Amino acid sequence: MVEHRPLGNALTHLILILGVALVLFPVYVAIVASTQGPGEFLRGTLPLLPGGHALDNYRLMWESGLSRSSAPPAGQMLWNSLIMALAITIGKLTISLLSAFAIVYFRFPFRLFFFWLIFITLMLPVEVRIIPTFRVVADLGMLNSFAGLSIPLIASATATFLFRQFFMTVPEEMLEAARVDGAGPFKFFKDILLPLSITNIAALFVIMFIYGWNQYLWPLLITTDPDYYTIVMGIQSMTADEGNTPWHLVMAAVVMAALPPVLVILCMQRLFVKGLTETEK
Amino acid sequence: MQTKRMTFPGRWLPYALLAPQVIVTLIFFIWPAGQALYQSLLREDAFGLSSTFVGLDNFRRLLGDPLYLNSLSVTTVFAVGTTALSMGVALLLAVTVNRLLRSRNLYTTLLVWPYAIAPAIAGVLWWFIFHPTIGILPYVLEMLGYRWNHRTSSVDAMILVIFAAAWKQIAYNFLFFLAGLQSIPQSLIEAAAIDGAGPVKRFWSIVFPLLAPTTFFLMVVNVVYAMFDTFGVIHATTQGGPAQATNILVYKVYADGFVGMNLGSSAAQSVILMIIVIALTVVQFRFIERRVNY
Repeated sequence: MVEHRPLGNALTHLILILGVALVLFPVYVAIVASTQGPGEFLRGTLPLLPGGHALDNYRLMWESGLSRSSAPPAGQMLWNSLIMALAITIGKLTISLLSAFAIVYFRFPFRLFFFWLIFITLMLPVEVRIIPTFRVVADLGMLNSFAGLSIPLIASATATFLFRQFFMTVPEEMLEAARVDGAGPFKFFKDILLPLSITNIAALFVIMFIYGWNQYLWPLLITTDPDYYTIVMGIQSMTADEGNTPWHLVMAAVVMAALPPVLVILCMQRLFVKGLTETEK
Repeated sequence: MQTKRMTFPGRWLPYALLAPQVIVTLIFFIWPAGQALYQSLLREDAFGLSSTFVGLDNFRRLLGDPLYLNSLSVTTVFAVGTTALSMGVALLLAVTVNRLLRSRNLYTTLLVWPYAIAPAIAGVLWWFIFHPTIGILPYVLEMLGYRWNHRTSSVDAMILVIFAAAWKQIAYNFLFFLAGLQSIPQSLIEAAAIDGAGPVKRFWSIVFPLLAPTTFFLMVVNVVYAMFDTFGVIHATTQGGPAQATNILVYKVYADGFVGMNLGSSAAQSVILMIIVIALTVVQFRFIERRVNY
């Protein structure tokens, strides 16, 4: 800091505390709401202090869910979300590592063409090709399946670029030494490239897990069978009944839906920041 | 584009390595995008049995359709509002955090986690807080003499979705602003202080101009976010209402094509959105190139 001003410091902390309060407020309200009994909301405004029904609400949502909204138990939806998020993450990482390896360590015709083909996916988010993509998945018989939930989302230009960028910084001598020692492409990839990339892989894993977990439009399109509902998308069906939404239960589901990715960020903050600033989108 | 000086031999292996990525791209990206282009030139009859080639007629109709034009202006308001609000708050917080040494990491941790929350969940959270009968904020607003109701007031509904979308994005903008601030040489700021410039003057004449690349980059990213990633915010809360007041372009493509089954129009809307994404991506990449060359 350039100069020391006691008043300025107080103001700094005041602004930050207000900022943190603004950021925390909606989640605090959700947590408080999820601990209330069913009658609390009829009395008007929500109380600002936790009630005593947390265990009941969470257990009810985890085990049986909201029966009249046709959403399955939250436990099952969380499981579905986990499978989808992991499938998307691992799929993206695997195929991006392989493509980057091919683009950097081989010379072959149409290399540039493939590079641009992968690049184009950046410009075609699901949101702009909703119906034709749905048709393709329907024609392939992949509606209501984990394959349909994950495979169409695993192409990744960002990850491919990032790994290409990183492979370019790996010293030439690594490859030369490996070749001299008689290592083939697979051995080189497995024993040298993968261990070197481990921090990048971990950072991307964090970002992509959050991306996969938070998918909304895609599960909404291709799942009609509640057995495949994911939690982020399932919550929307619970609030559809305007007027008598059981908000204490919905908020319990909201907290459960938000917790896993938030925990990932809090536990792996350094990797998260690295992943975010390196992928830049 | 370069490879390594020394590469592996292999005629088929590189293609095999690329195959999974390329197949997924072709089947789920290129082919549907082509279909959207093709569909946008067709019109189906009322029963969906036959379709006729109508050229650019779908686009002409869209651009003459008051509902579409409304959606365009709603999207503009929404994108500008979300970008300005989340970047403004994030910049303020980043500048203040950057003044601190010891508690910087604590505040950063407390501020970044909402990045993990899905837009749809953020929407439900704010929907609940702003709930006209049981929400906290309408209760407070009522004491101030304002009757909040996002089910009937289009202004209230727009404010609600902007808050939900911006709240989630503060974390992202904060991290990039903080990184940008930390790359500004401290000596410049000290020199200005010696010349007698106060904190406000230093911010506007040194820090803010040097942050311009970050600000510009974030503007593009935030507009892309507001236009394409906020489907969940709208769908989980207002569903485009009341009276089309929050019917942003992405939601309209879904509603017209998937719910309303108007395929030609929906495909034409998809094509327009693709053009917008391509334009924004080009802007973003040109900018990144320039920054790398510095």
